[in-house]
Amino acid sequence: MSGYSTLEVWIIILALGVGTFLIRFSFLGVLGDRDLPPWVLRHLRYTAVGILPAMVTPLVLWPHGAEGGLDPQRIAAAAAALALGLWTKNPIWAVGGGMVMFWCFGWLLG
Amino acid sequence: MPAATSKSAFLRGIRAAAPFLVVVIPFGMLFGVVGTEAGLSLVEVMSFTTLVIAGASQFTALQLMAEEAPTLIVIASALAVNLRMAMYSAALAPHLGAAPFWQRALIAYMNVDQTYALSHQNHEDHPAAPLADKVAFFFGTCVPIVPLWVAATWTGVVVGAAIPPQLGLDFAVPITFLALIGPALRTLAHVAAALTSVVMAVLLSFLPWNLWLLAAGLAAMIVGAEVERRMALRGRP
Repeated sequence: MSGYSTLEVWIIILALGVGTFLIRFSFLGVLGDRDLPPWVLRHLRYTAVGILPAMVTPLVLWPHGAEGGLDPQRIAAAAAALALGLWTKNPIWAVGGGMVMFWCFGWLLG
Repeated sequence: MPAATSKSAFLRGIRAAAPFLVVVIPFGMLFGVVGTEAGLSLVEVMSFTTLVIAGASQFTALQLMAEEAPTLIVIASALAVNLRMAMYSAALAPHLGAAPFWQRALIAYMNVDQTYALSHQNHEDHPAAPLADKVAFFFGTCVPIVPLWVAATWTGVVVGAAIPPQLGLDFAVPITFLALIGPALRTLAHVAAALTSVVMAVLLSFLPWNLWLLAAGLAAMIVGAEVERRMALRGRP
C-alpha cells in the first residue's frame, strides 16, 4: 500500500462509494420501472462469479511471483475453502476451514 | 391501518435479516483486520466500509492496492465486482420505484446482497402488498445488516492491531473469495463462467496494469451468459 499517497487512497474510497451508489441507484432512481433486455440481465448474473476466480488464481498459483514456484500450503488451503464452500454452501465454514488448513500446513512445514 | 401493517412488515424484515448476521459480522471484522494490516488508517477503513458496504468489492480493492495496481484499475475492477447490483436495482424498481426520492436514495445506498435477496423473496411472497409495506420491509432488513457491518469492521480494526503478522492473514483475502465462489456455483453456467475466469487469468497474465482481471471477468460473463442461453434453449435450468 506504500505506493499510494493519502490523496490516492481517498480518491479510491470516494470513487468506489459514489460509483457503487450510482450502480445501486440506477434503476431505482433514474431509469425507473423498465425492463432490462434479457441479454443484459444474463451477463450481469455472472459478474461476481466471473471476476472473483480470476482474482484468486494468481494469489493461489504464484503468490511469490511467476518464478516463485507453487506453494503447497496455499494450494491446500484454497482447495479446502473451495470444497467446503461447495459442500456446505456456507462461506463462513469455508473461510474457517481454509484458514485452519493454512495454519496446520504451516505448522507441519514448520 | 396502513401504518400498522407497515410496522409489522418492518418487524418482519428485521426478523428475516437476523440470521444473515452470522455471515455479515465475520466478514465485516475481516475487512477491518485486513485493511488495517494493509496500512489503511481507522478513518480510511471506516469510510471505505460505510460508503461502499460491499464486502467482495472492498476486498478486491484492498488486494489490488496490495499489488500496487494503478488507481484507475483498482476503481474499475472493484466497481466491476459490484455491477451485479444494477440487476438488483432493476429487480426492485417495479416494487419500490414509486417511493419518494429520498426513500429510493436510501434504499439504493443499502441495496446489498442480503437486503436485496430478502426483499426480492418478500415481493414474490406478497406481490400485492402496498408500497409502504414493501418499503418498510426493505428498511427492516437493513436494521440488523448495515449497522452491524459497520460495527464489525470497527471491531476488526481494533482487534487487528493485536494480531501477529505470522498468522498469514493476507491469505485470508483469497480464501474469502474462494469461500464466496463455492456457494455461488449454482448452475452449469456459473461453473463455466468461473472456469473461464481462471483460465483467462492464467492466459492473459502478461497484460500490464492488472488488465487481465477485467478481461478475464468480461470473457467469463460472456461464457456464463452464453451457456445459460443454450441451456434455456434445451429447456434445462
